[in-house]
Amino acid sequence: MRLVSSLPYLLVPLFLLGIPAYGALKGIDVYACFIEGASDGLKVVTRIAPAMIAMFLAVGLLRDSGALDILAHAVGPATAKLGVRPDHIMLALLRPLSGSGSLGFLASILKELGPDTFDGKLASVIQGASDTSLYVLALYFGSVNASSMRHSAIAAFMANMVGFAAAILACRIIFR
Amino acid sequence: MSRIWLLMLHLGTILAIIMKGTGSVTNIALSSTKEAIQVCIGLAGSIALWSGIAKIAEESGLMSRLADFVRPLISPLFPSISPRSRAIGYMATSMAANLLGLGSAATPFGLRAMEELAAEAQRSPGKRISRESRLRISTRHREPTDAMCTFAIITASSLTLVPTTVLSLRAELGSIDPGSVIGATILATTCSTGAAILFDRLLSTGGRWR
Repeated sequence: MRLVSSLPYLLVPLFLLGIPAYGALKGIDVYACFIEGASDGLKVVTRIAPAMIAMFLAVGLLRDSGALDILAHAVGPATAKLGVRPDHIMLALLRPLSGSGSLGFLASILKELGPDTFDGKLASVIQGASDTSLYVLALYFGSVNASSMRHSAIAAFMANMVGFAAAILACRIIFR
Repeated sequence: MSRIWLLMLHLGTILAIIMKGTGSVTNIALSSTKEAIQVCIGLAGSIALWSGIAKIAEESGLMSRLADFVRPLISPLFPSISPRSRAIGYMATSMAANLLGLGSAATPFGLRAMEELAAEAQRSPGKRISRESRLRISTRHREPTDAMCTFAIITASSLTLVPTTVLSLRAELGSIDPGSVIGATILATTCSTGAAILFDRLLSTGGRWR
């Protein structure tokens, strides 16, 4: 497990040394390439920023008004048995619908509970181990003019549920 | 998304008025939006950095070499298409980019793969594609083939090796060990991808078509 968790520390310097060096060897304009990619990246940020504001606003109102506390009180006993908070369930429900929305929600969870607590780690795993299924399906099938998605939506939804359960299980095994 | 947001927004606002008074709404609104922008500014640097590095990997051909490496692993997932199919290359590149958490690089390749799969299905109508797609092959909107469904479901279920966005968010919010979640994330995403492949096989009607 130590090897796996130290992976990013090895990968980051490796990527920063290796990829530009390979590009330079292949004779491409590494600097211009980086600038082009980085500007695409910034466009992504400007695309997610409004969604972050919308999400922080809605989540901030729900949290500070005490609405989440009421919800937590209502479903708390049931979810406590699974070892998760209502926040986690909301995150799992939000994740397939909106990547930027769930990222904003994750940020507010981590800010509230701390990124290094069990609950913060579980929320990170839920976010990291899943994708914006609905967006991917709509985009992919839409791009080829498909008349339906056949079994794709159901299969992807069920796979997400399995992923959510596996996230809880993996966190309980590794972090407790 | 609109409905969920509206529900959260209205429920939160009304409850805040009832429980904390009208004045609290202004404070919450100002402080939460300010927080959102602070997080975005922190994220902007690392997203731009990785998009830049990914662009170099793509232009230099490193991405397609990675695709060649993954090719033997993924072609068994798509029994209905030829292992020499050009779609395999695009699918492999898209999956590789997804594995490294470079979602914005994965999507363009994924869309190219879908186009390629659609073109190949049209070139050989009736050959190992589902009954439905045979019946509707002449209409403009066609039923997707098995390979298209398999690819879309696997992509939708998420493939992750390094959850870069989550890691940079954790670092930004002061985690002492942002990478601690990687092991659990890989475990969970492996389960969901396995389940995606299994459910696809079970539910796909074309799978049983001979």
